[in-house]
Amino acid sequence: MSEQKIIEIEVLRYLPESDEKPRSEIYKVPFTDDMSVLQGVQYVKDNFDGSLTFRWSCRMAICGSCGMMINGIPKLACETFIRDYYPKRITVEALANFPIEKDMVVDLSGFIEKLEAIQPYIIPKEPRTVEEGEHIQTPAQFAEYIQFTSCINCTLCYAACPQVGLNPDFIGPGALALLHRYNMDSRDGGQTQRMELAASEEGVYNCSAVGYCSEVCPKKVDPGNAVNINKINAAKDYFLRFLSPKGGAK
Amino acid sequence: MSKRRPYVRPMDGWWKKNPYYVEYMVHEGTALFVAAYAIVLTFGLVRLSQGEAAWNGWLEAMKSPLSIIFHLVLLAAIVYHAFTWFKLFPLTTPPVVLNGKKVEPELIVRGGWAAAIGATVVSFVIVWGLA
Amino acid sequence: MAALFGPIMVFITGIAVPLGLLLPADAMSYPKMLAFAQNFIGKGFIFVAVFLFIWHAGHRIFHSLHEVGIHQGIGSKLLTYGVAAVVTVIAAVALLGLGF
Repeated sequence: MSEQKIIEIEVLRYLPESDEKPRSEIYKVPFTDDMSVLQGVQYVKDNFDGSLTFRWSCRMAICGSCGMMINGIPKLACETFIRDYYPKRITVEALANFPIEKDMVVDLSGFIEKLEAIQPYIIPKEPRTVEEGEHIQTPAQFAEYIQFTSCINCTLCYAACPQVGLNPDFIGPGALALLHRYNMDSRDGGQTQRMELAASEEGVYNCSAVGYCSEVCPKKVDPGNAVNINKINAAKDYFLRFLSPKGGAK
Repeated sequence: MSKRRPYVRPMDGWWKKNPYYVEYMVHEGTALFVAAYAIVLTFGLVRLSQGEAAWNGWLEAMKSPLSIIFHLVLLAAIVYHAFTWFKLFPLTTPPVVLNGKKVEPELIVRGGWAAAIGATVVSFVIVWGLA
Repeated sequence: MAALFGPIMVFITGIAVPLGLLLPADAMSYPKMLAFAQNFIGKGFIFVAVFLFIWHAGHRIFHSLHEVGIHQGIGSKLLTYGVAAVVTVIAAVALLGLGF
């Protein structure tokens, strides 16, 4: 049998009751090649310090709970493997651009509010009774938005976006991608309400096309593209308002 | 009483923290060179409007080694700016659908390059013809 | 615009003509440039080029200032959009002064 390999995991700790500000702590964790970084921090919690706090659930990159900055890059800890970093040290930190609640747990309430604000559900064009049957959608109409439904709200894109860090009110890539998802749905009639938000101070124009959000997205949603498409849509709305016979009356 | 005390990390020097951000800042930085070139052109225009002697003075100034080096740097910066601008096409533009199929992003980037090379060749030929 | 025509313009005005490289050294002589700047299309092209370059750059520098921590205020607006406006006016006055 080969010798037990040890990886150094440096964790940014923050205990709000005793720490003035975050501090680093290094743990030496024995690991096997099939172990993820999530399993690494679980090992720390089970064997070194039970107070270490982090969120996780599915362990298979579908729940979106275990996002962390791993060596400075926003990643899901469950699908990031220790073997890819060994023998170098791994640094683990709470997702960037969010307030740290405790250790790797961040305050997501701002994100939840933004998510609510974009109305992430179908707003029917007109009331429809059960007798009238289902909404029919062609494969082409389905293809318009399917990519944006893959979002798992992991907020890695928020941690990747400097504009979110600079302006915490910016609705941000993830919620805007979902805004786009519902706007693009042929069954939906809520575009006017959502575009008002997209074009607002908190909206798409906060984006400076860094593009890192799309780079880090574990589900290939390409939120950056959704944001930039809506810059064009918002500008179109703005100019069409002058051309429309109603004179922009809304 | 709540024991909550969320810690907000500072944003100072954020752009140094990730190579991706450094690259972003470099391509944003090329805007300085674009501005510099616009000012050089405007200065030339003013000299042109001041008559032949003033214009010839400007032409002479453009021949100085310092000016040539400056323009070489400018050229590199603006070519880099063009390169990053086209590279961002798949991010910044809506998907193009042709015959019910989404056009590959790489193809759009190459299209941008083709347009730039086309514009360059056409401009050069026109200027060559005029000269 | 800057991406499409920027490189070739810098090459022609800043490198090729001053060095007499590929293009004759008198390509930008006074009579030729005057004729170009008095021609309606030439005038339009110069103005559009200067206008787009300076406003595009001003807009981006404005946002970059915000990103490095100089936040959006009167000062940073004057420095970017202000300079762009001044350059635009100077270019327009010079072009109009050259006549048609």
